[in-house]
Amino acid sequence: MNEATIRATILEILSEIAPDTDPSTLSDTDQLRVELGIDSFDALQFIIQLDERLGIEIPEEDYNRTGSIADILGYIREQKG
Amino acid sequence: MIEFRMPSLGADMDAGTLREWKVKPGDSVKRGDIIAEVEIQKGVVEIEIFDEGVVEKLLIDIDEKVPVGTVIALINDGKDLAGNILVEEVAPPIPEVQIKEPEPPVVAQKEVPVLPDPAPEVPHPVAETNRVRATPLARRMAEDLHVDLRQLKGTGETGVITKEDVEHAASGTPAIDTTTPASAPFTAATPKKSSAGVDHSAIRKAVAAAMGKSNREIPHYYIESVVDMTKPLAWLSAYNKKQPPKGRLLPVVLMIKAMAKALEEVPELNAIWDDGLHLKEEIHIGFVVSLKGGGIIVPAIHQANRKSLPELMALLNDLIPRARALRLRSSELSDSTVTLTSLGDNAADKVYGVIYPPQVAIIGLGSILEAPFAENGMLAVRQVMHITLAGDHRASDGLSGSRFLQAFKKHLQNPETL
Repeated sequence: MNEATIRATILEILSEIAPDTDPSTLSDTDQLRVELGIDSFDALQFIIQLDERLGIEIPEEDYNRTGSIADILGYIREQKG
Repeated sequence: MIEFRMPSLGADMDAGTLREWKVKPGDSVKRGDIIAEVEIQKGVVEIEIFDEGVVEKLLIDIDEKVPVGTVIALINDGKDLAGNILVEEVAPPIPEVQIKEPEPPVVAQKEVPVLPDPAPEVPHPVAETNRVRATPLARRMAEDLHVDLRQLKGTGETGVITKEDVEHAASGTPAIDTTTPASAPFTAATPKKSSAGVDHSAIRKAVAAAMGKSNREIPHYYIESVVDMTKPLAWLSAYNKKQPPKGRLLPVVLMIKAMAKALEEVPELNAIWDDGLHLKEEIHIGFVVSLKGGGIIVPAIHQANRKSLPELMALLNDLIPRARALRLRSSELSDSTVTLTSLGDNAADKVYGVIYPPQVAIIGLGSILEAPFAENGMLAVRQVMHITLAGDHRASDGLSGSRFLQAFKKHLQNPETL
């Protein structure tokens, strides 16, 4: 799976958990929690969907590495690499 | 024959609009079946039935708006209408103050409230007031707020004076005709519905009505405590390590279960005030869900004390998205016996709640934060959480509240037993 597909999937998940927002307008370094008004429940749903759709299982101690789209892409690259 | 009535789904509802019948004449129904979808301020709600029988007749049409208490269907339970006592069982489990809207002018003179109203401060001539077509809630609010109903023009579906009309009259602003929302001055600047289809102005009104009623009627007392979260969070972290993302628990699940178990020990807080204290056998925790565009909605977590932590988490996974989309069932909106408001991460340290009538308590959880914490003569930096309880002082005293907070802390310190 290439990075464009991964990015598209991330945006798709974000638009599902924050339906009143438009994640496509986010920059790669925007903090997702702040920009999308995500709470801890939404954050867990996001982690679950990353696992189910991309097969990326992020342990709790790495939750702080999922702050922005760039962070998540970097984390996935590291895991896959 | 059972007369199935438009249920009341909270202190803030006085009418509902039928959007869909889920049954047709001749269908068999049993307790818990969904028979209709009804739109109220809090969205489209699936209406459940609490009896068994066969649908005899559907009495209202799609898109028809009727006051709470109106008979909307007849259910044949094998008994004739003389067995009418069953009608009472159709009512939602939490008794509501709203009653069937009288059909004026024939029965208006006979209107008898289900609950005795508190003595009005300014007595109105009864006969005169009763000639005015107003919902029972609007009448009570008019008395509380010293509004003369005879001076108001009703904006309800059939010209009936609603609580909004009374609120507007009391605040000095003209009533907004809800049947023509485009005419409302604020709708031009504020989108009425979000992209998720949530009508935030209606939600705001529903919250305003319930919280206004609470503040007018309930003498709140407040107590608080601080709990060391080190042990429960360590336990949770160890638990979650062994789980795939889907099986992981959020800290709030521990709080819900600890709260439910503490309520078993202090039952006077799991109750309603209805001209006296009425304890509730089942513990249904109303869980405050904040909506993205503002406003809150409070679905019930049924029998929270009997559910395991994974069951509670699975329930939240189902309930929260439906609450945010305003797709709840009638029992989820009307069954709560006590409320929990949890601010979550990166929020305020403490929250003091406003009780949702007719309940008698609300528990507030602040953010988990690092703070100096003294224990056994030693000072350390720990993760702590402030817990508050707002209680109805008609129903309980600070001593009960204090016992509850102690029990809550005890259960939270033993997460393996939750």
